[in-house]
Amino acid sequence: MWKWLHPYAKTERAYQLCLTLQPWFWVGALVCLSIGTVWGLAFAPQDYQQGDSFRIIYIHVPSAILSMGTYVAMAIAALVGMVWQWRTAYMSMIAMAPIGAVMTFIALFTGAAWGKPMWGAWWVWDARLTSELILLFLYMGVIALYGAFEDKQQAGKAAGVMALVGVVNIPIIHYSVEWWNTLHQGATISKFDNPSIAPEMLWPLLISLLGFAFFIGAVTTVRLRNEIVLREMHRPWVQALAMKAMSKQQSDAASTFVKEGN
Amino acid sequence: MLEARGLTCSKRDRTLFEGLSLVVDSSELLYLRGSNGAGKTSLLRILTGLSSPDAGAVLYNGVDISEDKAGYYHDLFYLGHKSGTNGSLSALDNLSFWLAQHKVSVPDNTLFDVLEKVGLVGLEDVPVRYLSAGQQRRVALSRLWLKPAKVWILDEPFTALDVKGVNLLETSMKEHVSNGGLIITTSHQSLSNAAGEHRVFDLEYRF
Amino acid sequence: MSLYKGIFKRDMHIAFKQKAELVQPLMFLTMVVTLFPLGVSPSPDTLQRIGPGVIWIAAILSSLMAMERLFRDDFQDGSLEQYMLSGMALPAVSAVKVTVHWLVSFVPLFLLSPLLAMFLNLTVDMYIALVLTLLLGTPLLSLIGAIAVGLTVGLQKGGVLLALLLIPVFIPLLIFATSAVDSAALQLPYHAQLAIIAAMLLLAAALAPFAIAYSLKVSQN
Repeated sequence: MWKWLHPYAKTERAYQLCLTLQPWFWVGALVCLSIGTVWGLAFAPQDYQQGDSFRIIYIHVPSAILSMGTYVAMAIAALVGMVWQWRTAYMSMIAMAPIGAVMTFIALFTGAAWGKPMWGAWWVWDARLTSELILLFLYMGVIALYGAFEDKQQAGKAAGVMALVGVVNIPIIHYSVEWWNTLHQGATISKFDNPSIAPEMLWPLLISLLGFAFFIGAVTTVRLRNEIVLREMHRPWVQALAMKAMSKQQSDAASTFVKEGN
Repeated sequence: MLEARGLTCSKRDRTLFEGLSLVVDSSELLYLRGSNGAGKTSLLRILTGLSSPDAGAVLYNGVDISEDKAGYYHDLFYLGHKSGTNGSLSALDNLSFWLAQHKVSVPDNTLFDVLEKVGLVGLEDVPVRYLSAGQQRRVALSRLWLKPAKVWILDEPFTALDVKGVNLLETSMKEHVSNGGLIITTSHQSLSNAAGEHRVFDLEYRF
Repeated sequence: MSLYKGIFKRDMHIAFKQKAELVQPLMFLTMVVTLFPLGVSPSPDTLQRIGPGVIWIAAILSSLMAMERLFRDDFQDGSLEQYMLSGMALPAVSAVKVTVHWLVSFVPLFLLSPLLAMFLNLTVDMYIALVLTLLLGTPLLSLIGAIAVGLTVGLQKGGVLLALLLIPVFIPLLIFATSAVDSAALQLPYHAQLAIIAAMLLLAAALAPFAIAYSLKVSQN
C-alpha cells in the first residue's frame, strides 16, 4: 500500500514532487483565501451578540485548527522517518515546524485581539488560549533541539523523538488545561463554544480553513526544497540544478543586455 | 570474518565514504589509515554497530550484525577514544563491573595478573580519576587480556601510552593474530615490527 | 537479573560518591520555596492557597537541575558505549538507571517535605495529598526527563535546552497534582486526580524506557 510513496524517500524525487505540487498549492491558497476572507469579512451576516468582532474567527479558527494539525503532521513524518529510515521524512518534519509555530502565534494573537473587545483584556487564561500557548512552547522546543545539533541528520532524529513525545502529550495537555480552567473560572462561558453556527457563517469558514491548509502546503514545499538543496549541496544532481539555474540567469542577463544595446 | 558491504556514511552532510566494502579475515591485522576527518572513527563505530550507516551492512561470519547482536558482541572487544571507565570508581571496581556486564567470568588472580601486566599494581583501589592519562588508558586496555574476544576493534589504542605500553600492546596484537584473532586498528604512528604483519587500508579524505 | 542488580549497585555507589550533586538541587528547592513568602505574601491564608503549586513548581525546577546527571557521566566517559556493546537490553538498562535516579534525587525530597509543608502552612490533609502526588508524580518526572536527557546528552550546552523541552511536557502533571492538594484542602475527594497521575505514570513506565534507549542511540550516532 505504501509502495508508491517509497521513491520519495530519495531526496531528488521529493524535490521534484515539491516542484510539481507547489503551483497547485499556491493557486489553491490564493483562490480559497480570497474567497473565504472576502465572503467572511464582507458578506457573512453579523453575529447577534458579538457584532462584527466575531469575524476574526475566519483567521483565528483556521490557524488554531491547523496549528494542531501541523504538529500532528510533524509527528507522523517523524514516525515515518523512524520506521522506514527516510531522510526526507525528517526534512519535511523540520520544514513544517516553523510554519506550525507561526500558525500557533497567529491563533494566539488573533485570540488576544478578540479578547480585548470581549473581555476587556488582551490576555485571559482561557482554556484554548492556554493550550495554544503550550503548543507554541512545544514547537519552540522541537525547533530549538533541531538547531542545537550540528549534524542535521542526528538533529532530525532527535527532534522527531521530541515531536512524538509532544504529540502523545497534546491530548493530555488539552484535557488537563480544560479541566483546570473549569475549576478556576467555572462561571465564564468560553467565547469559542458556539452552540451552533449558521451555514452562511460556516461556509466561508470552511473555505478559509482549506485556504490556510493550501498555504501551509505551499510554504512547506518551498521550505522542503530549500532544506533538500542545502543538505544535498555536494550531490551532483543539486550541482547540475544550480548550474542550470546559473546559465539561465546568465542568458537572461545577456538577452537584456542585447535589448538595451539595441 | 568481518565484512563490510557498500557502507555509506555522511556526517554534517559531508559524505565521508560511499559504497565502502571491506573484508577482514581471521588471523589478520588491518591497519586503517587516513588523515584527520577522513572518517576512521565513524567507520569503526559502524563496524561495531554503535552507529548505523546510511547505506550498506556489516556482516560477522556471514550474518548481519544487527540480526545477531548477542553473538557478535560476545566476540567483540571495542576500545574507542573514551575509555569507558567511571572516574570515581577504582580500577578494580571498573574492571569487575565491566566483566560482569560482558558476562565474562575470570578468577581473581587472573585479574591481578593482568593488572600487574599493565603496571597498575598498588593503584587498583585508587579512583581512576586520580590516575594519569596513560594509566587510565592502561585500565581500559587491560580488558583486552580479560575478555576472550576474537575481534578487536581499536580506535587510536596507543594514545597516551609510553614506549613500554606501546610495545606491550603491539606484542599482544601479534599474539592475538597468530592465535586466529582479527584486529582492526587505527593509529597516527605507523605500527612497528613488533605488531607483526599487517594489511594497510587507506581511507581518503573526501570533500 | 543479577546483571541489572550490578548496575543498580554501581550507580548507587557512584551517586553517593557525588553527594554535593545530590544535595544542591534540594537546597535550591528550599530556597525557591523561601522566595514565595518573601515575594508574594507571608500571610498564612495566601501561603496555604499557593503552597501546593509552589512546592510542585519548585520540585519540577530542581528536578531539571538534577536531571542531566542521569546519563552525562556515562556518556562522557564512554560507559554508555560499553553498555551498548555488552549485548544487554538498553531499555532495561535505562529503566534501572531511571530508578536509581529517582531514588537518589526524589526520595530525599520526601524527607524535606514536612519542612516545606510547615513553611507554607499546609494542613495535615493537604500534606498527605501532597506526599501522595509526589509519590506518583516524581517517577513520571524521572521517566519523561530521561528521554530528553538522552537526546541532549551529546550536546555541549544541554542545560537550558533540557528545561525548554521538558517544562511544557510537565504541565499536565502540575495541574493534576496541585488540584489534588487543593481538593484535600476543601475536604473533597481527590481520587480522580491521583488516578489520572497514576495512569500517566503507567503509560510513561511502559513507553519511556524504549524512547530513552532510542534517544541514547541517536546521541551515539
